[in-house]
Amino acid sequence: MVLQTPPLEPVESIIPLADEDLKRKDYASDVDTRWCPGCGDYSVLAQMQRALSNLNVAPEKMVFVSGIGCSSRFPYYMNTYGMHSIHGRAPTIASGLKLSRPDLMVFVITGDGDALSIGGNHLLHVLRRNVDVKIFLFNNRIYGLTKGQYSPTSELGKVTKSSPIGTTERPLNPLSVALASEATFVARSFDTDPQHLTATIERAARHHGAAFVEILQNCNIFNDRAFGDYTDRDVRDERLLYLEHGEPMLFGENKDKGLAVSATGLRVVDANGPDAGLILHHDATRPSPDVHQLLARCQYPEMPVPMGVIRQVTTPTYGDYLDSQIEVAKFKNRHDVTQLLKGRSTWQVE
Amino acid sequence: MTTTSTQTNGSGGSGVPIQERDRVTVRFAGDSGDGMQLAGNRFADATAIFGNDFSTLPDFPAEIRAPAGSLAGVSSFQISFSKHQIFTPGDEPDTLVAMNPAALKSHLSALTKGGLLVINEDAFTSGNLKKANYPSNPLSDGSLDGYRIIKAPITTAAVAAVDDLGLTNQNAERTKNFFALGLVYWLYDRDLQPTLDWIDQRFGRLPNIAEANRRALFAGHAYGETTEIADAHVRVPPAVLTPGEYRTITGNQALVLGLITASHLTDLELFYGSYPITPASDVLVELAALREFGVRTFQAEDEISAIGTAIGAAYGGALGVTGTSGPGIALKSEALNLAVMTELPLIVLDVQRSGPSTGMPTKTEQTDLLQVMFGRNGESPLCVLAAKTPGDCFYMVLEAVRLAYQFVTPVVLLSDTYLANTAEPWPVPDVTQLDMIDVPYRKLEHVDPEEFEPYKRDPDTLARMFIPPGQPDLQHRIGGLEKSDITGDVAYSPENHQRMTDLRAEKIQRIANFIPEVEVDGPETGDLLVLSWGSTYGAVFTAVNDARDAGHEVAHAHLQYMNPFPRNLGDVVSRYKKVLIPEANTGQLRMLIRANFLVDAQGYNEVTGQPLSARLLTERIKQIASE
Ligand SMILES: Cc1ncc(C[n+]2csc(CCOP(=O)(O)OP(=O)(O)O)c2C)c(N)n1
Ligand code: SF4
Ligand SMILES: [Mg+2]
Repeated sequence: MVLQTPPLEPVESIIPLADEDLKRKDYASDVDTRWCPGCGDYSVLAQMQRALSNLNVAPEKMVFVSGIGCSSRFPYYMNTYGMHSIHGRAPTIASGLKLSRPDLMVFVITGDGDALSIGGNHLLHVLRRNVDVKIFLFNNRIYGLTKGQYSPTSELGKVTKSSPIGTTERPLNPLSVALASEATFVARSFDTDPQHLTATIERAARHHGAAFVEILQNCNIFNDRAFGDYTDRDVRDERLLYLEHGEPMLFGENKDKGLAVSATGLRVVDANGPDAGLILHHDATRPSPDVHQLLARCQYPEMPVPMGVIRQVTTPTYGDYLDSQIEVAKFKNRHDVTQLLKGRSTWQVE
Repeated sequence: MTTTSTQTNGSGGSGVPIQERDRVTVRFAGDSGDGMQLAGNRFADATAIFGNDFSTLPDFPAEIRAPAGSLAGVSSFQISFSKHQIFTPGDEPDTLVAMNPAALKSHLSALTKGGLLVINEDAFTSGNLKKANYPSNPLSDGSLDGYRIIKAPITTAAVAAVDDLGLTNQNAERTKNFFALGLVYWLYDRDLQPTLDWIDQRFGRLPNIAEANRRALFAGHAYGETTEIADAHVRVPPAVLTPGEYRTITGNQALVLGLITASHLTDLELFYGSYPITPASDVLVELAALREFGVRTFQAEDEISAIGTAIGAAYGGALGVTGTSGPGIALKSEALNLAVMTELPLIVLDVQRSGPSTGMPTKTEQTDLLQVMFGRNGESPLCVLAAKTPGDCFYMVLEAVRLAYQFVTPVVLLSDTYLANTAEPWPVPDVTQLDMIDVPYRKLEHVDPEEFEPYKRDPDTLARMFIPPGQPDLQHRIGGLEKSDITGDVAYSPENHQRMTDLRAEKIQRIANFIPEVEVDGPETGDLLVLSWGSTYGAVFTAVNDARDAGHEVAHAHLQYMNPFPRNLGDVVSRYKKVLIPEANTGQLRMLIRANFLVDAQGYNEVTGQPLSARLLTERIKQIASE
């Protein structure tokens, strides 16, 4: 599956490519995976390896930086460089790495707790700064690794180990958070649609700038079927909205429904009815995140759940600005250490 | 300490005889808005050019603009200058310039008995007296008896001097610091020219303001000359310093220069991740202006992010540095531990300040030693260094970088508010004479993949095989989970954890084989050793020498390597009957010395937010030495 997207830069200008033709297995390390059987993380791992081999990225130029959580075990299973760091802080390590090594391709793997709870601050800032790192948030709406406490994306009232009579807090919407930070690339995909997930990963990898991808991931042990109501194969077409840049926002088995603007947000209209002309065309490149935010707010069961690239805009990255400052300063100013040590004035003691 | 010889001032026209002294300490005190830091810094420059040795101590309120005239808003700048080499900015000033009642109230108690007071009498209005909680006017109620006083109408005289320049009232009054400075220049026979040059440079674009400041400076100088102030015209002859090219330097400037130089000597690009915090912010601010040296500064969203980015940069093969003060270290500790576990070369600057909590942000203390030693979960050894003078901050940065790369370990360098802000003359080093710093990972560039194991160690240093990402066929993963010896794979076995714990400790311990032994100044064995560390060097050195002058036999050793200790330290501390450890904390080094060497060390401890008092310490040394 190839997503319909805004014009792409040539792949080699964004991605360090391998000399030879690499296969999916070339991106897999020899470390045994340790997730529970049936965990959605397996699928994400497989699609990541597939996407990288589709792109033919040079494995030695790739670094996976993760925080802590089940999902954050991910780097061990990739035959790339990687750092399994500390809870919530992966975006900071990734930022320092990418800024000092622009030649590398830096991916962040994080969970809903890792990214939105303990690391919430860093997520906002890495996106706001548009540091050229690709962030994959595995949202299972639960704390997996610590065995089933609620997370910042758990729905209000959810019964978990740490909320035996239901949570008393409202969840964050990861896409809304990313859009509020005016992230330059915001997308969503899910573990049980391998083709869509692979294509979305490729899209993120080919974005110049910070990319944020929410991956709906099933934790069959502590929060089974968190997304099944709309991601199950038999209901998908009716309940998901697969976004394509430039295409009308249509969904339904026969593409018979579409989204149009209403007084309060978006509404569903009959694609064959009188309001068909009002159906929006998806524009991922809109500089303003307004419509993107309306899409992000679409939730089951009232609305179809959007999947795909919601937003992709091109602006210079933090690294672009920083590197050009250095280049200009080197051109304009002296950079002689001896002179620097002398400071503004010196005197001679005879 | 003071010799007085009377001679006539050759240059000045007044008939006031000029006295010669070895050393003088002057403190400028006024409202934060009075420009005391500026005046002090100009005085320091003029003093440097004149050729005295000197040391300065700025002291300012944490509030940016406390209410004018209030006690909270008093800012001061002390400078001590001498014909001999000196090591502290002086305990008690000989001269206090008090620009308002609050300044007088806050600083009078520090003035030496019989010292000289230069007072801006214009500011002693009933309103200002009230703000300073003076029930009556100290200028007239006899409470200043015993001091020599110059009451000068500093504000009105300055305003009169700039009268016809058409300045606003406020701008005219602002020149009063230059008037006061001119007066003090006359008192201490300083040349006006360096300050005139500075005014030209600084205010060149505002000719009116430049002219006003020049006039105020001349007027203050003339005021001294014509008022025939008896007994106050003093000259301190130039010091005999080692020949060479000198500049003034503060500890924070030295950190910046050290980092740039280390980047040059390693041929690594410098990455500095930091979150603003007094007194470390200067380092971020000054580095940010040095992009031409390839410096990447990153103002992070918090201290955790700051160290995270520095770790990322270090992992990527750049010179990764983060800098902060005590509260920031507390936030960084988890990430610092990641650098311990992943064994990455990382530099952490801790410009200590007064705590606990927010404490006194602009005041000095040596209270982070145990925090950086032990403030992390698990057995987490790392290398800790401490600079002893402002200029030494430069060399200790180079040491920190050398050791971080040689041993592939995080290194914490301790400075503090006092070092950060104190200025001293500094012989400018010749970069071409400094040793290049070896970066071991470069040698691994073409390592045979069969030979490569990320946790295989150098037999001498136990440094692991650290390779930044990018090299084909060497892909591997590191992280905060316990590592298997050699392979670096995740490992939970009891034997392996014991082995890795021991290896991490042993690696840091082996640094002792690659650092200088601690030197003893004074008798090799005897009754009393004074053992100090970090920024108290100047005060302790001075106190030890004063005690010796009083006839006591005292040895002095000073530490810059806090972990590991120099390998001869245990031997040194056991050679004396008594060991005294002066510190600006409640006994942190003392605790380590007692624990490591079972020596019954005593403490001399001040936790006042001010640098140690050499005078009080001298008394304590004399007391112990004669027990
Ligand atoms: C400082 C710190 N606090 C708490 C933990 C414990 N902890 C580990 S993972 C985790 C939550 C992980 O949840 P999420 O990010 O959603 O990842 P998942 O396991 O669901 O993939 C917590 C609280 C930790 N490792 N470090
Ligand atoms: S606990 Fe849940 S998220 Fe973690 S590995 Fe098991 S199934 Fe996956
Ligand atoms: Mg989770």
